[in-house]
Amino acid sequence: MLDISSKNVRAWSKLGSRGTLGSALLDLASSKENLVVLSADLGNTSGLGRFMNAYPNRFYNLGIAEPNMVGVAAGMAKEGNCVFATTFSNFLAMRSYEQIRLNMGYMQFPINLVGVGSGFEMGLFGNTHYGIEDMALMRAVPNMTLLSPADGAEIIKTVNAAAAYAKPVYIRLTGGMNLPIVYKEDYEFEIGRAVTLRGGDDVTIIATGTMVYESLCAAEHLAEQGIEAEVVDMHTIKPLDTSVIDRAVSKKLIVTVEEHSIVGGLGGAVAEYKTILHSAPPQLFIGVPDTFGKAGEYKWMLEHYGLTAKEIAKKIFDKYILQ
Amino acid sequence: MQPQDELDCLNAMAQRMRLNIIKLAYQVGNKGAHIAPALSCNEIMAVLYGNVMNLNPKNPLWQERDRFLIGKGHGALALYAALYDAGFFSEEKLFTYQKNGGDLPGQPSMNLSLGIEVSSGSLGNALSVGEGIALSAKKKGEKYKTYVLLGDGECNEGTIWETAMSASHFRLDSLIAIVDLNGMQSDGQSAKILDMGNVREKWSAFGWDVIEADGHDIGSLYNAFHTIKQENKPTVILAHTIKGHGVSFMENNNAWHHNHLSKEQYELALSELEAK
Repeated sequence: MLDISSKNVRAWSKLGSRGTLGSALLDLASSKENLVVLSADLGNTSGLGRFMNAYPNRFYNLGIAEPNMVGVAAGMAKEGNCVFATTFSNFLAMRSYEQIRLNMGYMQFPINLVGVGSGFEMGLFGNTHYGIEDMALMRAVPNMTLLSPADGAEIIKTVNAAAAYAKPVYIRLTGGMNLPIVYKEDYEFEIGRAVTLRGGDDVTIIATGTMVYESLCAAEHLAEQGIEAEVVDMHTIKPLDTSVIDRAVSKKLIVTVEEHSIVGGLGGAVAEYKTILHSAPPQLFIGVPDTFGKAGEYKWMLEHYGLTAKEIAKKIFDKYILQ
Repeated sequence: MQPQDELDCLNAMAQRMRLNIIKLAYQVGNKGAHIAPALSCNEIMAVLYGNVMNLNPKNPLWQERDRFLIGKGHGALALYAALYDAGFFSEEKLFTYQKNGGDLPGQPSMNLSLGIEVSSGSLGNALSVGEGIALSAKKKGEKYKTYVLLGDGECNEGTIWETAMSASHFRLDSLIAIVDLNGMQSDGQSAKILDMGNVREKWSAFGWDVIEADGHDIGSLYNAFHTIKQENKPTVILAHTIKGHGVSFMENNNAWHHNHLSKEQYELALSELEAK
């Protein structure tokens, strides 16, 4: 696996989530001979250009036909290939949803789907291209593992872990070029085990994807105002690491932060678990409201929906002082 | 074995299978079963499982086996009857058809040890999976073939044509689709519901080798499967069939797409089939 060195970390940040995906698969292909990569006419756009050049016989372009791509991925996985199938998260998760349910949920073919450009990364392409429901959809499929890496290093870790996992996996990639850096050195990554990045006795912030970095920054703002926030990178949405919530019951507030609809994603997953506890603090859902809004550049979208460190801190502060 | 002897054996197998289809359908009582769709593809299944496919029922996971995927899951009774006849499981297992929590539900559920390659019931999925299997075989240089049985109603599904384009693009000549062309679907006559026009020209235009056969004539099907060229193209066999074939009151009568048999109907169906 590629080293989590400072040089690589900077390179992955520059490349962004898609370029880093391409680096991870290119590296993995040399050691994993049964690895094949599928795309639905978005190979270059998904950061796979170098892979396509290096391994033309292990790259299959299925054209703009996502449901067929998932079916083909199933047949190849059935025959023992380690399959990664990628395209924009919205088309992958929604156009092919029934194929995912049948082939990955019901028949449990160990396909690794990678939904690229999720959240608002597609910017001015607008609502057709946003991935704001994919976590909700994938969570609802039995037998699915749902991963949402926080930065470039974690994309590398996620791709390698998924390839070794041999189960149905959906990897959700958020964030574009100049990806924030959360991990500067090597760390333990295990599917289903969250990473606590910062301690704090007042609030627990559970974040995923790009919102991990924003939440870390938000915690700094909160500390300046006397509120100590724990920050957790919930890179695995399913199966959810519920021990994080168990440990947070003594806090005044649990906050979930995601570049995804507030319906059915990380917030929903945490809330579902929290309701069965005897007592637990209230939860603040920070995410995309349950609506389709106007399109804008990626950064503008995050600001518009308050998915920036400053706005996250403000929302948490306002809620916290009422507790 | 001489070809005529083989045909006699296959006709006998098809006869055993259609009698089992009726017995199984009657046995489940008021739950009902997809009877007519199974009778429609019975001979196709007999020729595949009795002659064409390279299988090892004692070792169902044998890597070199030909793969059979059922797209029209509502043909389950014919699949189960064929698997039983080919020796994949016992008569006792066969008669667990549609038992609650059993291995042989109304629509097939993947079970490799029983020879069931994929789960079915959602139309339009199996051909994609078949393409993936054939693509894997090509990549690895494996010689097995992949057969996928489709309904003509199933060909309404857009994914069928996504796969049709893609499989010819990848020149998957080990992929063979068989369309059970009975002209009927759930709501009635296909021509009135969604007229597919000239299906031969459609498949041909999508880059497939097209062979037509009488889907109830063992000799015609035998010839069709044995004339597959495998020359850089996938093949489709358009098997002209009659829904509910062999039972007079079921033929072309959509009431028998999914239905249950009364004792009188059961006895009449059996006597008609036994007279064949």
